[in-house]
Amino acid sequence: MSEPEKTLPLDQWHRARGARMVEFAGYAMPIQYEGIMAEHKWTREQAGLFDVSHMGQVIVAGAEAEKGLEALLPADLAILKDSKPKYSLLLTEDGGIIDDLMVTRRGDHFYLVVNGATKNGDIAHMESRLPRGAVLDHMKEQALLALQGPKAVDVLARLVPGVEDLTFMTAGAFTIAGVPAWISRSGYTGEDGYEISVPARAVEDIATLIADQPEVKPIGLGARDSLRLEAGLPLYGHDLDFSTTPVEADLVFALSKRRREEGGFPGWHRIARELADGPIRKRVGLAVEGRQPVREGAMVVDGEGNEVGKVTSGGFSPSTEAPIAMAYVPAAAAAPGASVLLSQRGKLFNAKVVPMPFVPHRYHRKGAPK
Amino acid sequence: MTVYYTKEHEWVRVEGDEATVGITDFAQGQLGDVVFVEVPDAGRAVSKGGEAAVVESVKAASDVYAPVSGTIVTGNQALVDQPDLVNTDPEGEGWFFKLTLSDNHELGDLMDAAQYKAFCDSQ
Repeated sequence: MSEPEKTLPLDQWHRARGARMVEFAGYAMPIQYEGIMAEHKWTREQAGLFDVSHMGQVIVAGAEAEKGLEALLPADLAILKDSKPKYSLLLTEDGGIIDDLMVTRRGDHFYLVVNGATKNGDIAHMESRLPRGAVLDHMKEQALLALQGPKAVDVLARLVPGVEDLTFMTAGAFTIAGVPAWISRSGYTGEDGYEISVPARAVEDIATLIADQPEVKPIGLGARDSLRLEAGLPLYGHDLDFSTTPVEADLVFALSKRRREEGGFPGWHRIARELADGPIRKRVGLAVEGRQPVREGAMVVDGEGNEVGKVTSGGFSPSTEAPIAMAYVPAAAAAPGASVLLSQRGKLFNAKVVPMPFVPHRYHRKGAPK
Repeated sequence: MTVYYTKEHEWVRVEGDEATVGITDFAQGQLGDVVFVEVPDAGRAVSKGGEAAVVESVKAASDVYAPVSGTIVTGNQALVDQPDLVNTDPEGEGWFFKLTLSDNHELGDLMDAAQYKAFCDSQ
């Protein structure tokens, strides 16, 4: 039985701005305001404000926090510098993915951001496995905003002097409108931008302040999905799940060097084997011929029509004006340029494996010109 | 000329024994940005309630059903290159196909403009 839909702190704020609300991760959330295409393009050209308060924000503190988290994640937390978010994964004993997340060392504790739809399971998973010397706190009173796009830096630096000095995947404590905020230069669109954690009681004022800037429009989940797909970023529950491993999912960068060699995290045996021998299948990007989108659930088929893989995300790319997709294909067909045949509702489509991202990332990396 | 409407949010403009079919402004608003349309070939026989065309938005794929039975006269080829006509002019340039009616009596099952408006308001 599904639980009744919950509301987020900005529920009325979204509705007042004309959002169409849908159920997502158990919450009523905005799927779109003026339209997915317009919101998508606005984010690529200006700055889009996303409410991602459904995501789980978690603190793990205590003397055994680092050791306890290393037993659950393939990240090298021992060398993780303060205020540097790191992408990581919760893994099952056989190397499946329970969730993908960001983990940041903040002084004497770690700050984690996990997916909304999986947060309760993640927290139960961690609480039951963390040692007594590590304490987990679910920050339920904290909201999360993302400001994404080439103008995000101009907008946020106007409101929060100093954020322009952050580089991609760095973070810090700031004050916005007199309220403490944890701000990281990161996001889920492939664009430069920020993620802003603020107390839920203040989020309405802060969202209004940001959205009132001329470069900013609120953006719904629809464009969030098309933006992340163009950026080649996987979506948990679609491109990643219990049945996919980090090696199959092309997330080897999330397996820190020391951890790959030493192990000591769930699923290491299978992951080490796949790193050595190669996975049997791999997540790849596909450029689909023609104009018709091929979506999640479509099959990858061989010449005889046998299913050999599956499309896990797919749609029409507003930026390239062509259908694009992510799929798991046999390792032998995973090299860029390989031809792949797809089947959707009885119709066949030709596609080619292409490198991801589909649209170049425009992160503000360290050492890049301002 | 009379315009009829279906519960599937299609409009049917009838002139003599020929009908032009498209989706309503309400339907295009629900679909969002249309990125692909597949229209039927001339000469194809369609039966009432059967699949006749495909429309896909950024969000999702939908079938367009034949609101009445008949034989396709032409599909709107303009939609192949400009699928967004469905958004910008759904009840004009964004028409999907024309067909020759095989049974005028089927029109009696459809709604008129006032009935359709009431139907949308109740949705």
